[in-house]
Order: sequence, then C-alpha cells, then structure tokens
Amino acid sequence: MAVTVKIPTQLRAATGGQSELEVEGGTVGEVLDAVFDAHGGLKDRITQDGDLRRFVNVYVSGEDIRFQQGLETSINDGDEVTILPAVAGG
Amino acid sequence: MSVESLKCKECGTSYELDASYVCENCFGPLEVAYDFSGLDPEEVKRGIQAGSQGIWRYRDFLPFEGHASDPLEPGLTPLLKADRLAERLGVGAEIWIKNDAANPTHSFKDRVVAVAVAKAKELGFETVACASTGNLANAVAAHAAAAGLDSYVFVPANLEEQKLLATGVYGTNLVGVRGNYDDVNRLCTQLAETHPWAFVNVNLRPYYAEGSKTLAYETVEQLGWKLPDRVVSPIASGSLFTKLGRGFQEWLDLGLVEGEQPTFNGAQAAGCSPVATAFAEGWDVCKPQRPETIAKSLAIGDPADGPYAVEHARRTGGGVDSVDDQEIREGIKLLAETTGIFTETAGGVTVGVLRKLAERGELADGERVVVYITGEGLKTLDATRDTFQMHEIDPALESFEAEFPQEVAV
Repeated sequence: MAVTVKIPTQLRAATGGQSELEVEGGTVGEVLDAVFDAHGGLKDRITQDGDLRRFVNVYVSGEDIRFQQGLETSINDGDEVTILPAVAGG
Repeated sequence: MSVESLKCKECGTSYELDASYVCENCFGPLEVAYDFSGLDPEEVKRGIQAGSQGIWRYRDFLPFEGHASDPLEPGLTPLLKADRLAERLGVGAEIWIKNDAANPTHSFKDRVVAVAVAKAKELGFETVACASTGNLANAVAAHAAAAGLDSYVFVPANLEEQKLLATGVYGTNLVGVRGNYDDVNRLCTQLAETHPWAFVNVNLRPYYAEGSKTLAYETVEQLGWKLPDRVVSPIASGSLFTKLGRGFQEWLDLGLVEGEQPTFNGAQAAGCSPVATAFAEGWDVCKPQRPETIAKSLAIGDPADGPYAVEHARRTGGGVDSVDDQEIREGIKLLAETTGIFTETAGGVTVGVLRKLAERGELADGERVVVYITGEGLKTLDATRDTFQMHEIDPALESFEAEFPQEVAV
C-alpha cells in the first residue's frame, strides 16, 4: 500500500528538509519502518525500545492511532500518516 | 539576567529562546531554564513587595530580560479562608480558596496569556492564536485586543454559548471547529507549521506555561511567605498542576520560603479522566480518551503534560481523583453556599474532589489546604440550571405570606 507520511518541521533536519515522504506498508508500524529505512536519523528521535516515544502522536487520516490498534493499525489506500508533537495545548 | 535558554524536559538539550516548543532530538517538551544563582532572596522579596499589583511583581521568575509590556495585567487574586466550607465538609483542616476567577477575563488563563502575548510582541509576531476549551479563548481575544495584535481563536464549535460570546466581543477571528478539543489542538499544531503566528499554547507554550507559576508565588506570599501543606488543583493538560509544583520548588531552592513541596491532589471530571486513570493504573503515560463531561474547560482527552502531572502527584504523596457530572454540580453549589464564590464547572470538579478527600479522611486536622478555583460560574450557567427553585408571587403581601407561611411578620 503506497502511503504519504507527513513529517513535522522539527524532524525535517533528519529527512533532508522533506515535509512529505512516499513509502509502502500495510500497517503504521510497517510504514514507520519504511520511513526509518529511508532516513535512519528519524528512528531514535521518535522511538525508544521499539515503541513510540511518549510525546509523539501519530494519526492515520486524522485519527489518533491510540484509538485504533496502535502500531498495528492497518493502512488503507489513500490514507495519510501524520506525525506530530504531543506537547501542545492546554 | 536570569532567563537562560529553552531546555528539553526529557533529554536536557538546550535551545535558543525563540518560538519553539519541541526537542528535535527526542520530541520532548521544551521548558524555560533560568539561572537564579545571582539572586539574593531578601532583595528579591523586597523587589516583589514593591512591585506591581499583579503577576509582573514576579518578573525575576518570568521569561523576560527586559520590561514586559502588559496593559491588562492579571494576578493578585483573593486567597480566602473558607471556614464554613471546612465545617460543611466536617474537617478540622484549614481550607483556603484561591479565587482565580477574579482576573481580567475571569479565569487563570489570563496569567499564561499575559506572559505569552508579551513574549509574542517581544519576538515580533503580529498575530496571536490558540487552541482553546473556552477560557483561553476569552483571554487570548482580550489580551490581543489590549496589545493591538490580530488574533485567531480556535475552539470546539459546541462550546458553551457564554464562552463564545465572551470571546467574539473582543473582535477576534473566532473559529469553531467541528470536533473535540483534541481535534482543535491537532489542527493548531499543523497550522503552527504553516502560519507565522504565535500560537500561545503551541509554539509559545514554553513561555505561556510559565505564567501558571505565579499562582504558586501568590499563594506563598498571601499565606505570609509560607507554603500550604496540600493543594487541590484541576487538571486538563496538566500544565497548571506541574507549574504550581515548579513555582513552589523555585522558591524553596532559592530560600524564599522554607519547608517542602505540598501534597498535590489533582481533580478531573470522570467523563475525561486520562490523568486520574494513569495515576490509578500506575502508568507513566496517559491513554487518550474521548471527553464526555459538562466540565468542558477540562475536556482534554490527550493531555500534553499528563505524564508529568502523574509523576508530581506521586512524588508528593498526593493523587488524582475524578468526579461525575452530578458531583460537579454539587461542588459548584457547595462552594457558592459556603463562600459566596460562584465557579464554573472546572471549580465544581475541584471542590468535588476536595469533598472526596474529606470523606475519605485524608485531610488532617490543622492541615493547610489551598484549593484553586480557576474560572467563573457565569461562563457555564447551564450547570446550575434546575439546581434550585425560584418562588414566583404577585406583588402583594398576602401572596408572599402564602408562599412563605413560616416567615411571621413583626
């Protein structure tokens, strides 16, 4: 499944300035692995011990993956995966 | 000159004092770091006492090097001893109410917004914005108007009418988003990337959050430079709760006050209790929830500072409790009937949790408890509807006497 991943400003130093990446994957976990394969510097920034760090939010077409199956959340054709900082608001 | 840098709360990386809020190395939140080593406590104390009648008396502890301009200065709200409330609760503890509804736009949000708007001006922004559950919307619209800045205020479209009216009146761009607060917040996080605006609780959040410390400083000053033994505070994002702790700690470290951190009790609505749930379950992260509560100002299902709030409650031997909508209404009434203070639903949550602590016997005799009332009852009038009855009579003596036969005329 081809999917667009939106990269927040704070991570673009690790993607050579790119704000969107096109990768393949059937679940959020697979999509993120594909992103890490392309841009190794991203992995340590947003994951720790195989899990997302606690201040990282990931959305599939606007829906927080923690309301779905987390990294196992499946991706449908045309979905957009958005990574955002979780430290705003309040 | 004490303000030093922005520093990541997770990994400690330092950044320039600009409009950023996320660590590029670990995605943790940035916080303002100070160097207080050159400050003499006695001199600081004198400076505070000779300072303005609001939050800028604490300028040594706020993130500015020069004089911050502010035409709508909040702060120095009343701290009242609530003996009749203690009596109704059946406790021998000293209960104090910090009534922060007594601010320019009637909530504690004036403190954080005053700091954020002053910083926005200093950094050269012409437009301020926010994601709000209502009180922040009022404050951003008002402070932007006072400072002569444009503003965009984003709220859930289904907010209480009073909060919408009390925002729109200031001439802001009021945007009602079809979604809950967490949807609004996500949208603003994205907008902050593409618009050159100062989102007070996104890209200016490290500065904004500092404003909450002034509630801790005022408490200490108003108690005669003493710390409370316990505080009860509402939790939405967890920022106020953790910054109260930081405020007390800074003054402890500097020797402005002696003792130890108060016990921290957090208050959430049962219909939106991600922090109370994490506390109860022993988690160090909060699982997001979809809010369903009358306490809309606390309806943040994905609290940014939730993990830090849980940690602070644990570290101080306190806790985080939740109360349901009925208990919230009763809390509003209990406070009104015993203190003359009419609070919004968030205050009902806080008083509801205070009552729970009293019922569980957790408030010791003589213990000094400060309860933070963060907003005004006139903003959530629906919560008091049908909680009492009006007596309707004709303009005649016999009509009154028929309605109140027990009141004998003299």
